[in-house]
Amino acid sequence: MTLLEIHEPGETPLPHAGEGSLAVGIDLGTTNSVVAIARDGKPAALHDETGRALVPSVVAYPDAGGVLVGDEARAFTASEPRNVVASIKRLMGRGAGDLHAVAGVLPYEVEPGTGEIDMVKLRIGGKARSPVEISAEILKALRTRAEAALEKRVERAVITVPAYFDDAARTATRDAARVAGLEVLRLVNEPTAAALAYGLDKGSEGLYAVYDLGGGTFDFSLLRLEKGVFQVLATGGDTALGGDDFDRAIAERLLAERKHDGLADEVDETAVKSALALARHMKEQLSDRHQTSGRLEIAGTPSFHALTRAEFDAMVATPVARTLEIARNVLADAGMVATEIEGVVLVGGSTRVPLVRAKVAGMIGKPPLTDIDPDEVVALGAALQAEALTGGGDTLLLDVTPLSLGLETMGGIVEKIVPRNTPIPAQLAQDFTTYEDGQSAMAIHVVQGEREMVADCRSLARFELTGIPPMTAGAARIRVSFAVDADGLLTVSAEERTTGVAQRVEVKPSYGLSHEDMADMLYDSMDNAEADMNLRLLTEARVEARRGLLALDAALKKDGGLLSAEERAAIDAARMRLETAMEGESRDEINAAAEALETLSKPFAERRMDRGIREALSGMSMGDLESRVGD
Amino acid sequence: MDHFARLGLPAALDLDAAALDRAYFTLQRQWHPDRFVSRPPDERARASAEAASLNEAYRTLKDPLSRAFYMAELAGVDMPGDGRTIDDPDLLMEAMEAREALHEADTPGAVDQLAAEARQDVQKALAGLGSLFLANDRVALRKALLRLRYLDKFAEEARARRMNLDRSNA
Repeated sequence: MTLLEIHEPGETPLPHAGEGSLAVGIDLGTTNSVVAIARDGKPAALHDETGRALVPSVVAYPDAGGVLVGDEARAFTASEPRNVVASIKRLMGRGAGDLHAVAGVLPYEVEPGTGEIDMVKLRIGGKARSPVEISAEILKALRTRAEAALEKRVERAVITVPAYFDDAARTATRDAARVAGLEVLRLVNEPTAAALAYGLDKGSEGLYAVYDLGGGTFDFSLLRLEKGVFQVLATGGDTALGGDDFDRAIAERLLAERKHDGLADEVDETAVKSALALARHMKEQLSDRHQTSGRLEIAGTPSFHALTRAEFDAMVATPVARTLEIARNVLADAGMVATEIEGVVLVGGSTRVPLVRAKVAGMIGKPPLTDIDPDEVVALGAALQAEALTGGGDTLLLDVTPLSLGLETMGGIVEKIVPRNTPIPAQLAQDFTTYEDGQSAMAIHVVQGEREMVADCRSLARFELTGIPPMTAGAARIRVSFAVDADGLLTVSAEERTTGVAQRVEVKPSYGLSHEDMADMLYDSMDNAEADMNLRLLTEARVEARRGLLALDAALKKDGGLLSAEERAAIDAARMRLETAMEGESRDEINAAAEALETLSKPFAERRMDRGIREALSGMSMGDLESRVGD
Repeated sequence: MDHFARLGLPAALDLDAAALDRAYFTLQRQWHPDRFVSRPPDERARASAEAASLNEAYRTLKDPLSRAFYMAELAGVDMPGDGRTIDDPDLLMEAMEAREALHEADTPGAVDQLAAEARQDVQKALAGLGSLFLANDRVALRKALLRLRYLDKFAEEARARRMNLDRSNA
């Protein structure tokens, strides 16, 4: 007989937490996806009947009906190209405003979203479909594969996302899982998952790096491992960088060689595709050989090509050097040097290139860790985390925000509230004040990025805090709070604190950055740090001068009678010079003009103060006072 | 609860980094939201708030400079907001001369040299803070902390300049 279990209120186990259901780890990739399971700390990727772990992230909606995923979907690329979607991850959580970033890159029609969820939709198989529902098809296929392999229900998962995925893309990923009937236990950053796969396996301790070079993206993360704690210290990356660039370099060389041999090719799409296919093959061959050769046929004319490892290395030296530069910047962010790294985990197919391995080894002075398949390592780490979250482990993941979050302030300057690499969950607040007397509302503009000016950062959300009671400029205290949860999702709220007339506004940013945008913005900020700082200083000087002018005007309006005509004329002239300087681009001129005006109006300020004191002390009448000052 | 108390540590300027990590990891093991995945929403919210406070405490105390500023705040030292004008003439002179030197430094080696000097100055200034806290000399503390803030910014500017130089040479 089974005894009835009695639980404390609120402690009843979740309906799906039963024995029959398993939690898996999923790497939902741009090009390929993988599902894995961990039992007793041992992760394994789940294969199909033919032994393949990788599922191409391709979805097809054939004319004949139904939905296909993976290799079966890809088979329709030639016959029904308009019914096939690849690389949907690039559109997760993106709105109409983001489309320019992917224009011309995607082989299908995109239409801006309408209504509340302002995400883009694709016209596929004669129907508008959102990236969420298309991603959900991939997740459903992975779930089916897992259930077939494990012969059990699979209802919960840890899903990995790029470290740079913003709020909207993370939300969209969670939504896709829900559509696929999966409860997301946690979204985990891809590099963190990769480190998890290595760390738990070997019980490693110390500082580790994850070097993730995929087809079109590069990420570098720094983690500290200690007694089952995975602490992410810093992360950074670039997406104009990846193995696709290597293929392109080889393909260009192939086409140039044909031209040199006198072949007058018309370089159309088919020619480029053929050249790229051979280029990829040659690149892969050079991973374990010193030379390779191949045959390229364009419009019926064949040509033969050879390539040595040394030639290939020279062709990709620049992009590889870029990855090392980014890695050094991430190290600097964490206040570390390369020699402190115990080991580097390699992720992504492009890390099979020998030059990459050699350069990474050279930077840290030891060979990189390569014994886990770089295509599967992320899913394996996710599986381990899924097991840990469902009670099977003692690991703890401490992750960080990849990009700074802030607010727009006067003059379009960004005030950073949550700096990049802040540990999450995070709850940070900052007080702001009003700029003008009697100001009753304040616009709150939430932005993401590293640059100093709003125009160069990504806008996440806008709202207005209203009902601020009339006060003099600078008296109100408006506290804006940013909360980032353990999944990296942001909530912003604001309230006025001095008067008790508290008003809270909660905002969830709707959609935001692409992976690429984020990397580009980070990269930009490094490029432009010096120029940004100068622009910020100039803008601050303007804002400061404007504040001074407003105060002076108010004083002149009230106590202008304290000045003689000459004094007033001198102040007006200095005021004019300051306004002219403010229109210029020189901070020094603005500051000098502001100082000159301040010096000139100093006697005026003193007289106003005297008058205030005397009024207070003797209660003298205005008339008496004015006649005395006039003497 | 102040950050030191939250982590169960003494309010010391020369906090032991390993002890700070240990305390932080131990408490995060207890409160991190990952430990509450299958708990009811109110418990999850509480855990998230606790974990966020721990992160804030850790972040503030981990960096020696931000720890010193935090201790000054606890001691009632009135610090001007970040980005305000420098009101100390000695520091103003030092800052102007250093900026000029940085502006004229046109090789990575020269910039590195300036950055290294700034870092040394930071270490020296940090080491000198202890006696000021002991004497509770708020005026001297304020002056020393303002200089530290400036030195830290200068090191950051040197880093940006170094990156620009690397880029234009590449």
